[in-house]
Amino acid sequence: MALSGLDIYKLLPKTNCRECGFPTCLAFALSLAKKAVALEKCPYVSKEAKQALEAQSQPPIRLILIGDDKNKVEAGNETVMFRHEEKFHHSTAIGFIIEDSLGDTDIKQRVDKIGKLHFERVGQQLKTDLIAIKQAKDAARFIDTVKLISGLTNAGIVLMSEDKAAVSGALKILANRRPLVYAANSQNITDLAALAKENAGSLAVRAESLDIVLELTKKAKELGVEDIVIDVNTKNQEAKVIGEFTQIRRQALKKANRPLGYPTIAVMDKLNSYEEVIRAGDYIAKYAGIILLHTFEEWAVLALLTLRQNIYTDPQKPLQIEPKLYPIGNTTESSPTLVTTNFSLTYYTVLGEVEASKVPTYILSVNTEGMSVLTAWAAEKFTPDKIAESLKKSGVEEKITHRNLIIPGYVAVMSGDLEEKSGWKIVVGPKEAAGIPSFLKNLG
Amino acid sequence: MALELVKDKWVNAVSVLTIGATKEEGGSRGRIVKCGGEESLPFLFSEGKIPHRPVIAMEVLDVEPDDWPRTLTSAIGPAIKNPVEWAQKCESEFKADLICLRLAGAHPDAQNKPVDQLVKVVKDVLKATTIPLIIVGCGEDKRDNEVLPQCSQAAKGEKVLIGEVVQENYKTLTASVLADGHSIIAQSPIDINIAKQLNILITDMSMPLDRVAINPTVGALGYGLEYAYSIMERARLAALSGDKMLAMPFISFVGYEAWRAKEAKALVLEFPKWGSELERGITWEALTTTAFLQAGADIMVMRHPKSVELVRNHIEELMRG
Ligand code: SF4
Repeated sequence: MALSGLDIYKLLPKTNCRECGFPTCLAFALSLAKKAVALEKCPYVSKEAKQALEAQSQPPIRLILIGDDKNKVEAGNETVMFRHEEKFHHSTAIGFIIEDSLGDTDIKQRVDKIGKLHFERVGQQLKTDLIAIKQAKDAARFIDTVKLISGLTNAGIVLMSEDKAAVSGALKILANRRPLVYAANSQNITDLAALAKENAGSLAVRAESLDIVLELTKKAKELGVEDIVIDVNTKNQEAKVIGEFTQIRRQALKKANRPLGYPTIAVMDKLNSYEEVIRAGDYIAKYAGIILLHTFEEWAVLALLTLRQNIYTDPQKPLQIEPKLYPIGNTTESSPTLVTTNFSLTYYTVLGEVEASKVPTYILSVNTEGMSVLTAWAAEKFTPDKIAESLKKSGVEEKITHRNLIIPGYVAVMSGDLEEKSGWKIVVGPKEAAGIPSFLKNLG
Repeated sequence: MALELVKDKWVNAVSVLTIGATKEEGGSRGRIVKCGGEESLPFLFSEGKIPHRPVIAMEVLDVEPDDWPRTLTSAIGPAIKNPVEWAQKCESEFKADLICLRLAGAHPDAQNKPVDQLVKVVKDVLKATTIPLIIVGCGEDKRDNEVLPQCSQAAKGEKVLIGEVVQENYKTLTASVLADGHSIIAQSPIDINIAKQLNILITDMSMPLDRVAINPTVGALGYGLEYAYSIMERARLAALSGDKMLAMPFISFVGYEAWRAKEAKALVLEFPKWGSELERGITWEALTTTAFLQAGADIMVMRHPKSVELVRNHIEELMRG
């Protein structure tokens, strides 16, 4: 929370010496609050004042980086409780837990499979972020496993171990990769914090209650660790964890409570794949910066990455594509032509069905400012005039010889008007994109 | 020193909607369902009462669905050909809280079934089941205005939840539902202002506030889910802050939306990268539902028995507090 002019005034010498160029300390403070002047202008400002003001310029939730410079995973720096207030900034990082008790072949296969878990949706690449290596055996095996996995992938690495020797050895292998050490508790925080600091890693702290989390993050900071991640797993009870995650974000945003101004991590435990997906769904919606899963089934990961894409979409800017004519497949001068909006979801859904039909087709995407067919029609962004104009501008009239335009079934009512305005013959297509393949095949 | 918590303080609660009536109450249901009543945002138990858990209605069609994938129809089994058996199965085997009977066969483009046939399905389903009933029309205004008032009358005394009314077409059905003592579903197109306006129009006809459910129109996972998610969050925040015209429980037709998604239907043969179609479809519905539970949904209308089971267990976990 920003300091007010009066808050800042209290921190100034109150001598009104005018050296800052302002008539009074209060005037200087008011200007500082608006960030219109630099603190350095006052030569007499105290150390405490400096610290308080510097803290103010930091984001309320610290941005944490995991991974090397080329494969950075970012968590934190969120600014709102609800996505409609602005947007959620850094997509929840999704990672997979691999235990060192597995054989090397098995591990290789898993890492390989996890590496293939990326999907294209609505023009965006959906990717996973992290691999978490969990210690179940001795330190030597853990270190070997870290060596093996870090050589196979450039994903961000999480070290799940509370064994000092194991973590220390693993960190040496991971220079420049900024791993996350998971997790410090009241017993081991001194050791793990020292290791994280030495090796430029970040540190997760784990506790059963927020009061203990507070102690731990303060301690970690005192020990020189800046990049901290919070795991609070109260009785492993879902609503409790959601309550705590909510509280952590509120403390950071509404009270500028620095020791809670860090991203959160949720680690799935003793659940089947379905249950993991569902719980992870809660955490994507409610404030997790990082989620670690055991399941790496394609269907599970596809669903979660899709939910993450939805929740983290900027509500002020619907995903749009460039409005123009798109030839799909080996189009010819007699290829069918259909029209839709430039809302990504609509366009890509139509595109998917056109591709599935295997009928070479032109898709004309009209600029509806990212609105879907019905919304755009209601808002008069998808009108006969606009479509007629796009037809002219798109150059489609030079590419094809026929003049038949397929329109979405939902806007069938505009057929007559559009025929008049464009001079094209209007063919009413299906209402739902799913009907496109059979429609195109039966055009004859 | 213990952390001083930042708690939201709200001045209003969501209204409590009751569906179903027992014999003593003039109906024939074995039990009734109450939903809504929240005094806080979803599952934040320390900030206000959450007196009723979210409930699951299972969707039953009066005609055999022709566009549902096999992964879905085979889980329901041969009963899918007969709405009465289907509804019974939802109650006894799939443990639904409610039946949601969708009169798809009323649509002029479908079978355009005569009114008396549709009314008979409603009566038969009521006779064959003991859990409360939701009835939704085919979505074609003219047909719905013909069919639904008759169904409303036939179900008099059962305190059914009937829908849907929209801003351009609400009078006919609202009048019947009001007269027959049922509750109504008010549908708005992902638009908080229309949701509110419609509730004002309905309650102007003297429909009590606690006999209305809001359908804000949801999109499936990957298909506009985020729009409805934020509309629901905004409406619920307004409701808790005192706006009585938005303080009704939400009904979400998650099954209808999720099973239209390509990801829920496509075979693994078509999209090998997407993994098993069985689990994928179930997950698509369950995760769509999960997201809307976090946005404040109260009545989840679902389709697949396995997703229903998963969501039921999840709700139980969430309601442990
Ligand atoms: S220079 Fe510092 S002490 Fe002097 S008037 Fe400005 S703010 Fe006050």
